[in-house]
Amino acid sequence: MIVELGHFALILAACLALLQSIVPLYGASKNHAGLMAVGQSAAVAQFVLIALAFAVLVNAYVTSDFSVVNVVENNHSAKPMLYKITGVWSNHEGSMLLWVLILSLFGAAVALAGDNLPPGLRARVLAIQGMIGVGFLTFILFTSNPFLRVSPAPLDGQGMNPVLQDPGLAFHPPFLYLGYVGFSVTFSFAVAALIEGRVDAAWARWVRPWALAAWCALTIGIAMGSWWAYYTLGWGGWWFWDPVENASFMPWLVGTALLHSAIVVEKRDALKSWTILLAIITFSLSLVGTFLVRSGVLTSVHAFAVDPARGAFILVLLVLAIGGSLTLYAVRAPSMAGGGIFAPISREGALVLNNVLLTTAAATVFLGTLYPLFLDVVNGPKVSVGFPFFNRTFVPLMIPVALAVAAGPLLAWKRGDLRAALQRLWFAFFATLAVVLIGLYLAGFKPVLAILGLGLATWVGFGSLCEWAERVKLFRIPFGESWRRAIHLPRASYGMTIAHIGFAVSIAGIAASAFETERIELVHPGETLQVAGFNLLFKGTEKVPGPNYIADRATIEVRQNGATIAVLHPERRFFTLQQMTTGVTAIRSNFMADLYVALGDPDDKGGATLRAYWKPLVPWIWIGAVFMALGGLLSLSDRRWRVGVAARRRVPAAHPAPGE
Amino acid sequence: MKHFLAFALLFATMMPALAVEPAERLADPAQEQRARALSGELRCLVCQNESIDESGAPLAHDLRVLLRERIAQGDSDAQAVKFLTDRYGEFVLLRPRIEPATYVLWFGPIAVLLIAGTGSAIYLRKRRLQPEAAPLSADEQARLDRLMKEGEG
Repeated sequence: MIVELGHFALILAACLALLQSIVPLYGASKNHAGLMAVGQSAAVAQFVLIALAFAVLVNAYVTSDFSVVNVVENNHSAKPMLYKITGVWSNHEGSMLLWVLILSLFGAAVALAGDNLPPGLRARVLAIQGMIGVGFLTFILFTSNPFLRVSPAPLDGQGMNPVLQDPGLAFHPPFLYLGYVGFSVTFSFAVAALIEGRVDAAWARWVRPWALAAWCALTIGIAMGSWWAYYTLGWGGWWFWDPVENASFMPWLVGTALLHSAIVVEKRDALKSWTILLAIITFSLSLVGTFLVRSGVLTSVHAFAVDPARGAFILVLLVLAIGGSLTLYAVRAPSMAGGGIFAPISREGALVLNNVLLTTAAATVFLGTLYPLFLDVVNGPKVSVGFPFFNRTFVPLMIPVALAVAAGPLLAWKRGDLRAALQRLWFAFFATLAVVLIGLYLAGFKPVLAILGLGLATWVGFGSLCEWAERVKLFRIPFGESWRRAIHLPRASYGMTIAHIGFAVSIAGIAASAFETERIELVHPGETLQVAGFNLLFKGTEKVPGPNYIADRATIEVRQNGATIAVLHPERRFFTLQQMTTGVTAIRSNFMADLYVALGDPDDKGGATLRAYWKPLVPWIWIGAVFMALGGLLSLSDRRWRVGVAARRRVPAAHPAPGE
Repeated sequence: MKHFLAFALLFATMMPALAVEPAERLADPAQEQRARALSGELRCLVCQNESIDESGAPLAHDLRVLLRERIAQGDSDAQAVKFLTDRYGEFVLLRPRIEPATYVLWFGPIAVLLIAGTGSAIYLRKRRLQPEAAPLSADEQARLDRLMKEGEG
């Protein structure tokens, strides 16, 4: 009965979404306040209904209701509670329900937090959100319904893939979807602006917080997925340029470009139609990602052809959304001439360069991801596109990005002075030079690209600090003055500095992976393995029962200079239900380097293969990502974005100040 | 300073990486190093874009052994890779060959960069060439002066 309640709620939500996609749009065209307001109530009600449906599914998992097909296929009574809950979105049907839940959450947020929006714009944005909702709710109801029953109900479920029973992976999808789906709001704003035929600084100001929020969530989501791969796979790989990873990376790249170009729209009233296009592309790539992951097309084009219902449905949604918005763009964009005039060497010019490079990078990932599928469809040769391809195409594109990140913020709007900007970066320049020279001296010219990578990271990091020092006039005015300036810098400015430093930190972590040390040996109890100055004393393995697995747990004493500094317990877990073994690595990190130990196959004399790595700076890859997301959140908390601040401020001023 | 020393230590202790499974390793370190470099660019056919050097799948193990057998028998790098592509197809290469069927893949990014670069160069030029603001005519100047005076008064 409860399950049917969730099913009905979902059907009702689909009906409301249909209402939401038509009535406000009509109301906006007739300028009818009552009809426009329907959008808000519909959006909020839609969220409440989908939340109810989602809660019902969570309840079915928590109580192990095995009369529901979806629960039977993905749940098991012996599974730990955490994974019973996260099991809801670990499968196709449940994850699509999470997708629409987040979509409706953003819709409701626009409805409730959008009081400062012109009613027409808000109505149109909500209508577009409604249309996306109709598409995905009907997709769930017709092809991927999680509420279907099975009779007779089996005694127990089939359980969840052991690989997914991990805290890092459990919360990876919600963050990823917050990012993916968050960009639906910028998409809706873009389409609404195209319908209205008006894009101005105010529009950019309304759009940027949504883009920032989505971007932060996507950054965290991608970092979590990569961190999970790192500690799970047993050798420390953290990015494979796999189509599923690329599916999330493409919207991130274009979303990053969007964040930057929206600044130009807001401050300088230029790049307007380009920003609209980026907003459309970002969400389109999110949809492409959903299609790639959810249609089965990746496993094989032919598998897709055998059971095409789901894939074909998403493909139709994809064509409607992307085709429709791009057609609208082609018709309307030419009439939106930009206002601001600027020289090529200027802040605007630097942001254009950023956009050129980031979109080219996204196009490269797009080609590398989809070209093998394309070749397969036209019966061409079967090819693989892996990291050696991206190292030769994507990585070179990031070098000019990193070079420009340091200099761009030092250029003035309208007309910048590149020479002066570079002069202000003298400290960053010498720090970079020092890192490169010391690196070459110590490493003996071998991993020269990695050392240049560290140099690049130094350039970006210290360049960002130089820019901050320039803003507070550090050492040029009394320290107290600088302190006062530092306190009064807007949060958005700190957000940029922190995000750019995060980029530098990540580059350093990636570049330093060339310096890792690896030892893989068969060891027996009492034997030691040496890696990077650590002695790993293997004391044997023991069987330890877990909630739904049995583990082989190794005990390894880590000694350095004769003293024991840590005891590590890498495991191999055998999941009895699925007859599958997964590894759990043991990592000792001091944030500068990781000592990474994985347990391999046992032999019959109580020994086991140990894989031990020393990975300098590797944690920085994810620390950098956290910095980027924190920078984004800090920028998001800037009071300029807060609802109504601008309006309230304007009242007391007798004479309106000239535009900022 | 401590971190700096850690780095110095790191560079000083760097040594060639060792084989993936102890039992698979070739006796000759030079051959083994070649095998590792090659296996890093060969795809484990049943994995998600993992190389046979990285993957724990049984098939990856078989391919690693096969590759090492060829190298031990004196194959050059090209011969050993050809041995595998003859049997498993081009799909085994993580870096597709540059050939007509993959021109779009390999040269696409450069083409996109050129198009985007040219497009933005034209755009930037247009932005710059737009006249700043036309100077005021004598009439307009007079009107402005008058307005300014009124404002002061």
